[in-house]
Amino acid sequence: MDRTWVLAEQRDGVPAGIVLELLTAARGFGGAVEVVTWGPSSAGAAAVLGRYGATKVYDVGDIGESLPGPRVAAALAAQVSGGNRPDAILIGATHDGRDIAARLSVRLDLPVLTNVVGIDASGGRPTSEHAIFGGSTLLRAEFTDGIPGLFVIQAKSFVAEPAETSDPAGQRSPEIVAIDTPETGASDAARIVARHEEERSGPKLDEAAVVVSGGRGLGSPGNYALITELAQLLNGAPGASRAIVDAGWVPYAFQVGQTGKTVKPMVYIACGISGATLHMVGMKDAQNIIAINKDPQAPIFSIADLGVVGDLTKVIPKLIEAIKARR
Amino acid sequence: MNVAVCVKQIPDTADPPALDPQDHTLVREGKLIMDESDGYGVEMGLQLVEADGGGEVSLLSMAPNGERSGLRNALAVGAAKAILVSDPVLAGSDALGTAKVLAAAIRRLGPDLVLAGTESSDGYTGTTPVQVAELLDWPSVSFAKHIEISDGLLRVQRQTEAGYEEVSCPLPAVVTVTAGVVEPRYPSFKGLAAAKSKPVEELTVADLGLDPSQVGFAGARQQVISVEASEARKAGEIVVDAGDAHERVIRFLEQLKIL
Ligand SMILES: Cc1cc2nc3c(=O)[nH]c(=O)nc-3n(C[C@H](O)[C@H](O)[C@H](O)COP(=O)(O)OP(=O)(O)OC[C@H]3O[C@@H](n4cnc5c(N)ncnc54)[C@H](O)[C@@H]3O)c2cc1C
Ligand SMILES: Cc1cc2nc3c(=O)[nH]c(=O)nc-3n(C[C@H](O)[C@H](O)[C@H](O)COP(=O)(O)OP(=O)(O)OC[C@H]3O[C@@H](n4cnc5c(N)ncnc54)[C@H](O)[C@@H]3O)c2cc1C
Repeated sequence: MDRTWVLAEQRDGVPAGIVLELLTAARGFGGAVEVVTWGPSSAGAAAVLGRYGATKVYDVGDIGESLPGPRVAAALAAQVSGGNRPDAILIGATHDGRDIAARLSVRLDLPVLTNVVGIDASGGRPTSEHAIFGGSTLLRAEFTDGIPGLFVIQAKSFVAEPAETSDPAGQRSPEIVAIDTPETGASDAARIVARHEEERSGPKLDEAAVVVSGGRGLGSPGNYALITELAQLLNGAPGASRAIVDAGWVPYAFQVGQTGKTVKPMVYIACGISGATLHMVGMKDAQNIIAINKDPQAPIFSIADLGVVGDLTKVIPKLIEAIKARR
Repeated sequence: MNVAVCVKQIPDTADPPALDPQDHTLVREGKLIMDESDGYGVEMGLQLVEADGGGEVSLLSMAPNGERSGLRNALAVGAAKAILVSDPVLAGSDALGTAKVLAAAIRRLGPDLVLAGTESSDGYTGTTPVQVAELLDWPSVSFAKHIEISDGLLRVQRQTEAGYEEVSCPLPAVVTVTAGVVEPRYPSFKGLAAAKSKPVEELTVADLGLDPSQVGFAGARQQVISVEASEARKAGEIVVDAGDAHERVIRFLEQLKIL
């Protein structure tokens, strides 16, 4: 592979965590690694991108209050159609990333491989890995025709590592090249009128060494306080199954699983969570798993290193007291 | 206002899913059910039409073997009619191929708003609805957790990784809805009986004026190379709580130096 592009979504002016993971993977493909970014402060993000191996940053520029999908896809498609054609484009499976991938696929009339958890480029042609059926099955796929190959990749599929300082790739500041966005027409008519962020304290869910998650087995929204307190005592982050996110007990930002966050903490403690496959894909790669569930048949026990069959409303308060008593 | 809701009919999620050993597609034989994720789109569509005081909800589905069992409940709760695209050449379609079919059917229907799920429960690429929007040159808002319409303008709360955005968007548009955006209603016996006489128009790829090489296995341009069982994580120690299980948890955390 001669050239790989990585889509660099920013959060508050710095590249999102997944971008650094994708850059690390792209470096392993052997060819040049270039990124496409957008937002008001691309220059600020460039230094970090360079440290992870990007040699060139294509900058779509400030997209104002537009949603990224139509604009970024149009700018990328114009480059590719104009002959600036990489072998592969790696896109993080974020909400905006998925929108961009979908629109880009139509503009280039090329398929997308989604929910990718690994890429092997050793044969010259990239093949992708997909963990399907809740991670019980590994499927490998490839494109049969057309470049660039469009890959939408799950978070935490690769471990982010900066380029070696001896590696010339990590030495220079990348060259920044502004690229034009052609007319986007009606597709770009949506406008963001306000942005809201959930208040969260403590370590981030997808970065914490300890994650304590609660599910429907908590019985009532008030019992989520047990999860929060235990997480805090362990210097971890509280998480949740989708059942209690849908029920409105906690915000979506807490959700672990296929359609939420992928976490790989040192310890994951699942409390009152049955272990649906769509939950397990998001946490099964934790180094250690503890499950507390009153149903001995709960599927979560099949992947737990330590399973406690019991009522969480009894076990967790005692656990909290015991940890407090040690201080 | 006329709303088209994309509903995917999928194998019953209670049965373990399987891939065809020959062509590696998901086995889709037997009775299909409506994807639970699309129940929210149906309900949202009904509520928006009710609030508007005019128009109707149409269903749009692409499924094998003329399958319509998964449309029945949605017709029973109030959708007026359905378009079902079914054609042997559609077997093996990828998300882009599926989007081409859905977009062609939407052109025929001419709705003001298209609703879909954020991702299906079986293939879950989550790209199909926005591909539909781009094919139609329409705006789209993905991950809606709340939708209102006034003066022909959509006001959507769009879920983000960190919270949500308020987005305004003119019609026509494609919106994908998250689970929990609304509480789906249950069909009544009367509704289920009425559903039987609601029109379901069945179309082929030719009826939609699509080139068969753009859809199905021919259009997919991606292939499965191998399928294998992943190394399974094994179950570890199980303790039944007799009032002291928390002590075992403490020791486990100590071994990991978390405590
Ligand atoms: C398209 C799609 C995407 C999805 N994505 C996700 C996702 O990203 N993440 C996710 O989590 N889910 C996801 N789901 C939902 C998933 O399929 C399950 O419905 C969900 O994970 C179940 O949550 P739960 O384990 O909390 O609830 P349940 O399955 O209801 O389990 C509750 C558990 O609590 C136990 N329990 C009850 N009372 C007690 C008690 N007092 N003490 C101890 N244990 C008790 C019960 O034995 C049971 O095992 C998705 C579903 C779909 C259709
Ligand atoms: C395990 C697995 C992995 C796959 N991986 C890929 C892949 O990497 N790339 C790829 O292009 N294809 C992939 N596919 C094929 C893809 O799932 C199908 O092409 C499918 O027809 C469309 O995509 P989806 O189910 O992923 O829809 P999504 O985009 O996840 O669906 C979102 C919404 O679109 C609407 N919708 C989707 N399909 C229909 C339909 N048939 N009728 C009506 N409404 C619909 C529904 O409202 C649905 O909630 C995969 C399939 C499987 C089983």
